[in-house]
Amino acid sequence: MKRERVRVLVVDDEEIVRESLQAWLSRDGYHAETARDGRSAIARLGGPLPWSLLLVDLKMPGGPDGLAVLEESKKREPGAAVVVMTAYATVDTAVTAMKLGAYDYIAKPFEPEELSLVVNRIVDEQALRHENALLRRVVRKEYHFRDLESRSPAMQSVFELARTAARSNSTILVLGESGTGKELLARAIHTESPRARGPFVAVSCAALPETLLESEFFGYEKGAFTGAVSRRRGKFEAAHDGTLFLDEIGDVSAKLQMDLLRVLEERRFTRVGGTEPIQVDLRIIAATHRDLEQLVAAGQFRQDLYYRLNVIPVKLPPLRERCEDLPLLVESLLEQLGTELGRAVDGVSAEAMEMLLAHDWPGNVRELRNVLERGVVVAHGRILQESDLALPPRESPAAAPEGELPSLEEVERRHVVRVLDHVRGNVSHAARILGIDRSTLYDKMRRFGLRTEA
Amino acid sequence: MGVWWIGASRPDAPLLDGVCARLGRVFAHTVSLFEDVRRPADSLDPRRGQHSSGRILRFLGAARPGQRVLAVTDADLFVPVLTFVFGEAELGGHAAVVSTARLGRHEGPAPLRARLAKEAIHELGHTFGLVHCPERRCAMARSSQLVDVDDKEAELCSDCRSLLRDKEREGAT
Repeated sequence: MKRERVRVLVVDDEEIVRESLQAWLSRDGYHAETARDGRSAIARLGGPLPWSLLLVDLKMPGGPDGLAVLEESKKREPGAAVVVMTAYATVDTAVTAMKLGAYDYIAKPFEPEELSLVVNRIVDEQALRHENALLRRVVRKEYHFRDLESRSPAMQSVFELARTAARSNSTILVLGESGTGKELLARAIHTESPRARGPFVAVSCAALPETLLESEFFGYEKGAFTGAVSRRRGKFEAAHDGTLFLDEIGDVSAKLQMDLLRVLEERRFTRVGGTEPIQVDLRIIAATHRDLEQLVAAGQFRQDLYYRLNVIPVKLPPLRERCEDLPLLVESLLEQLGTELGRAVDGVSAEAMEMLLAHDWPGNVRELRNVLERGVVVAHGRILQESDLALPPRESPAAAPEGELPSLEEVERRHVVRVLDHVRGNVSHAARILGIDRSTLYDKMRRFGLRTEA
Repeated sequence: MGVWWIGASRPDAPLLDGVCARLGRVFAHTVSLFEDVRRPADSLDPRRGQHSSGRILRFLGAARPGQRVLAVTDADLFVPVLTFVFGEAELGGHAAVVSTARLGRHEGPAPLRARLAKEAIHELGHTFGLVHCPERRCAMARSSQLVDVDDKEAELCSDCRSLLRDKEREGAT
């Protein structure tokens, strides 16, 4: 948890005390504000940004005293730790304050070490709680719209539409380039929908060949095919009462398009090798990075299925169109990565941020995450430097410097590398994008000395 | 930027020259020693027998407006809520003060020189906008006791150096 996110409210009637504590806390990197009496302190409780710590003077003339602020904070800011401070330390008041839920009690003037210890202890405990919550979210993959932080107006309108769509039961089609966060948006829609208690089941239509995808979707009966030794439920059944996320819907075969259309129309299907129709109640969220309208026009995607899916289209803008989000994304990804990888990272240097801002992010947020992940692993300090990030040099296959015009074979090699990079080494996917079959692509890769990842 | 002796006793020239040289190396600035006989008039709190570091900062701001200055004193410093401080500075401002009173003067010149250099870097670092560093060995680490000061080095860690560069660049634009 970054220290500037730790918000401290200092409540004291003496201006000099407020000023010096605020300065002391600011030099520690915390965000500190002050209130001159109990009434104005209470008025600032329960706002949109929660307080982490309240340092409250016990005796303040006129109006509510420190104990009243403490009592009120327990109701309005249950997450805040309250440290009561006073110049008139007595056992009675200390006991009362602790009974009312004060975190600690210190007598003014404090030893610098005493104040450091109490503040550090509170901040460490809160950071641990925050980290737990973050890990829980990562493990459960539970996302809300508030987790998809963005300042970009384009993203704000996406969230607005998605929020409204979440409340309905309509099919949603999420469009956007690879790595723009289509699955995260789908998860947020699910979490904020009336189906949130039901399962969220994700299936990538591009990852599996047609035959496997069919049994993945609909499940199979025992003996349906060689190896079907027992009955297995498919993703449609698994998503009953919840949300089924069909990623890369533009990549499904003609036969499966027909099967999907039937299920979408009837909300019923049969397992592979089965005869019993199974009824399901689920919301479909489909997603693709491909231009479905173009695929329909080219006869590669069924128009009727397209209409079934395109009930509420939501288009996620690519990262290069929302550069204003980059610092925010970097901050939140570094926090996540720091927690996942067990490394404390505070941010990136100004030079590194400039470099990130200059990149055009063809792989979008996923690419940014990968770049930062590498940075977190190799960085020596808590601030990532340019050299930690290893961004690929900007190159365009068409734009070679004059005098170095590449051969046709070199252009082909670069394009194959680029496409393979884009699909993270998935040969089937790359072959589809290149419009050639897999064996041809393997031939080319051999010829160009490229290896596919196992 | 400069270093200004505002203590009651005679200035210890080798000690102050050493501080100037160290600050010059760490912050990559020219650091001069101000020969200025003015002293803060209202910083002593007779009840506590200590000098208010806040009042000293105000005095420095008024005496040398807009100039980055680190005052060094032999007076024991306090802020109202704390029993004492080794020094204080305006975060992202110009004025800083550091005291030799609790840096073990009686232990001889060498430990005092080392500790004063660390605390001088620390307080001046605040004026550049640096906050306390979690790296225990960094001069910007918080030190509430003498042992914390001894744990530190008279250097900024790589993160604080990088932040310093960023802050200076921000200030220049």
